[in-house]
Amino acid sequence: MGNYILRRVLLALPSLLGISVILFTVLALAPGDPFEELATNPNVPPEVRLALRAQLGLDDPVWTRYGHWLSSMLKGDWGFSFVSRIDVDTLIMQRLPVTIVIIGASQILALLVALPVGILAAVKPYSWFDRIASTLSFIGFSLPTFFTGLLFILFFSIQLDWFPFVYRADISATGWQWWWEHIRQSIMPVAVLGLFQAASWMRYVRSSVLDVVRLDYVSTARSKGLSERVVINKHVVRNALIPVVTLVALQMPAIFGGAIVTEQIFRIPGIGSLLIDAILRNDTPVIMAVTFVFSGLVIFFNLVADLLYGWLDPRISYR
Amino acid sequence: MNEKALRGLIEEVKAGRLPRRSFIQQMVGLGLTAPMASMMLMQSGVAQAQNMPAYKPTKRGGGGTLKLLWWQGPVHLNPHWATGTKEQEGSRIFYEPLAGWDADGNLLPVLAEEIPSVKNGTLSQDGKAVTWKLKKGVTWHDGQPFTADDVLFNWQFIRDPASSSTLVSIYKDIEVVKVDSHTVRVFYPKPTPFWAEAFVGTSGMIIPKHLFAPYIGAKSREAPMNQAPVGTGPYKFTDFKPGDMLRGTAYTNYHQPNRPYFDAIEMKGGGDAISAARAVLQTGEYDYAWNLQVEDEILKRLEASGKGKVTIVSGGNIEFIMLNSTDPWNEVNGERGSAKSKHPAFQDKAVREAMGLLVDRKGVQDFIYGRTGVATANFLNNPERFRSKATKFEFNVDKANQVLEAAGWKKGADGVRAKGNVKLKFVYQTSVNQPRQKTQAIVKDACAKAGIELELKSVTAAVFFGGDFANPDTYQKFWADMQMYTTTMTQPDPQTFMEQYCSWELAQKDNKWAKRNISRWQNEEYDKLHTASQSEMDAVKRAAMYIKMNEVLIADGYIVPVVFRPRPSAAINKLVAPLSGWDNDMWALPHWYKES
Repeated sequence: MGNYILRRVLLALPSLLGISVILFTVLALAPGDPFEELATNPNVPPEVRLALRAQLGLDDPVWTRYGHWLSSMLKGDWGFSFVSRIDVDTLIMQRLPVTIVIIGASQILALLVALPVGILAAVKPYSWFDRIASTLSFIGFSLPTFFTGLLFILFFSIQLDWFPFVYRADISATGWQWWWEHIRQSIMPVAVLGLFQAASWMRYVRSSVLDVVRLDYVSTARSKGLSERVVINKHVVRNALIPVVTLVALQMPAIFGGAIVTEQIFRIPGIGSLLIDAILRNDTPVIMAVTFVFSGLVIFFNLVADLLYGWLDPRISYR
Repeated sequence: MNEKALRGLIEEVKAGRLPRRSFIQQMVGLGLTAPMASMMLMQSGVAQAQNMPAYKPTKRGGGGTLKLLWWQGPVHLNPHWATGTKEQEGSRIFYEPLAGWDADGNLLPVLAEEIPSVKNGTLSQDGKAVTWKLKKGVTWHDGQPFTADDVLFNWQFIRDPASSSTLVSIYKDIEVVKVDSHTVRVFYPKPTPFWAEAFVGTSGMIIPKHLFAPYIGAKSREAPMNQAPVGTGPYKFTDFKPGDMLRGTAYTNYHQPNRPYFDAIEMKGGGDAISAARAVLQTGEYDYAWNLQVEDEILKRLEASGKGKVTIVSGGNIEFIMLNSTDPWNEVNGERGSAKSKHPAFQDKAVREAMGLLVDRKGVQDFIYGRTGVATANFLNNPERFRSKATKFEFNVDKANQVLEAAGWKKGADGVRAKGNVKLKFVYQTSVNQPRQKTQAIVKDACAKAGIELELKSVTAAVFFGGDFANPDTYQKFWADMQMYTTTMTQPDPQTFMEQYCSWELAQKDNKWAKRNISRWQNEEYDKLHTASQSEMDAVKRAAMYIKMNEVLIADGYIVPVVFRPRPSAAINKLVAPLSGWDNDMWALPHWYKES
């Protein structure tokens, strides 16, 4: 097991390196200049812009810049943002907690909805409940989050005036007020992200439970005289969840990506909106770092999924 | 409009026959800035109206939190590095200049005791020295006194190239000397007619010496104050997350009495302009939103919900079309668009005149920009006697047809006019931006009726304004026949702004297209006028020169102004927020309050 993990981690290194090379080249080839605003401002002499470019090494050839970036990255120095001129890791650490809280909450919501609904729908397939749940889930995952986000804002903020649609990470209230304000402003983004996930997961849970519920050992359990509740909870769901757990783990990075749009709509100061701002401002070090963090997450969750799989199903062994 | 006419007008203002404000409006109509017009009056001995913005509250504080929404939040708080207005605005909450510009172009003292003037002996007649008397009793947020040393230090900080300040061109040639603890004198190397630039407005915020002294030059990036400013302003810094949230609390020792009204301030960043407008105008979640580049129709619809109002202040930004004066398609000396070449069609003045007649500015304003883009018909709004031929605009397809016909451009079988082997087929480029594409369509339509075929091209803003000299589609290269964009005028004085048509500013291959004369238009008279204006000390003569330059430029027809772009912003109904087009939105922040 330990050996396996070590091998996987070692294998991940070249892929991270490859990702960084591709990212860096793509960013270097992409048009844009962090000092665009200076170029269109006639009062800033071009020399100032050229000096800034030279100072930040933007005029060096791509491979020299990559070499610089890689060597400082290996030393744990993520570089500094061209536009705010502060260290990239500070910027990321400022933004990460909010993203984790919002994504965590939305995933919990997604599981809380997808599991019971999926199981109930599978236990009584083609019942009214199943039909309604399936229809809703189709609607749910065919509507993109940026669309549902805007719908929610129009309906709950503007029409009903229930929730604020500008998210604020620092709320000055204390005690219960603090919790209340945070919950109130998180409801819409968490619901948008969570329900979108729940819609597709519900389909997976349903089909996976359907597969298991027809197996012989379930009939055996029933004929032993166990109550339906015990049969479903202890015998069916446990086995049915194995593929679902891997799926959830594998989808984690995609969820981080999907949250970018939602963060922008609700002005959540998370890592996703940091990425969008950085792209708009051509702030290469920040784009590089955030995308690198995302690709790191992909590799990490892939590994976690593989490990979980073995842990849930002892028939799979690692060599 | 010549020098004599200007003098006559100023006399009328002096005698009280012409209101000061309408004089300034007329000057703005002629292409001058309000601050320039105001300086003209100052020099002619017309007393400057020192109107502090009206302020009703009778005590400090008690106003709760002022919530500002900046759809692009500031990413650092060092005013000397600001590449755009958002950083200037964020910094202006905490830092103050010696004086600021109000909406009418008056200088109002902030950290200065008074505005320098010839009468008080603080402004030299030869335009080479200005004495600033600083306000006494001003303290930094950490309790240290504000003195002349701080002003001196800002000059040293900015002029050091290693500090990489964007203001370097303003400060690098001047000399600043401390006279006593609360007086500084600024010396200019040559007569400088427009002296109110260093230490004034957007380019004059003062940072504290006692904190920044160890971080001058290359070390400036390490200064913790870049993220946590200590200033003299009405609000004290609390915390800051770049691009997201900036917060401050009222500074109880602020140097202006009874100010500020609000107990705390926050500036939230992120999102987009439309939803920012919505959060103020429709839900009232925020008190003020900045720079709402949104179609006017949407703004009007949001305003209809009655919670807030849109304020529009005019500055110097202008959306215009430029015709290429060089040949963008054939190489001369290995360079497309070489200054040595001439455009095959546009070198004929008749074609340029026709193009000017085919831009429906009024239509562009009415159907696209609304209140947020005023057709440069304000050249026309002026009284009859100022209406020079050069600055008259009309939209007239028939006349364009006549002009072209008379000049020998005959319609071919395909309906496109031609003369010899030159056809009137042009590539018209701009950046991807909805109003611009609509404008392109309007112009294309009119041109088709006059036998001119336009091929529309739109380039992503990141490429168009990107300044990548390897890319053929940048606006600096201008490898097309016509192009359109907005040029910004961030400083009140037009000297640098007008320099963009001087022949020494030609954007060419040998300067990597980094210079500013992009149309490559060259005119001896214009060059001479500009050179003369740089050292002309008589404000009136100088103003007449700029009016003339403007006329020469427009008359030649290579530059076709379309609309002025004033700055729209939104505020909730009760908020009283004096704004100015010649300074930051935050320029009068201490005077902001809410009506009860």
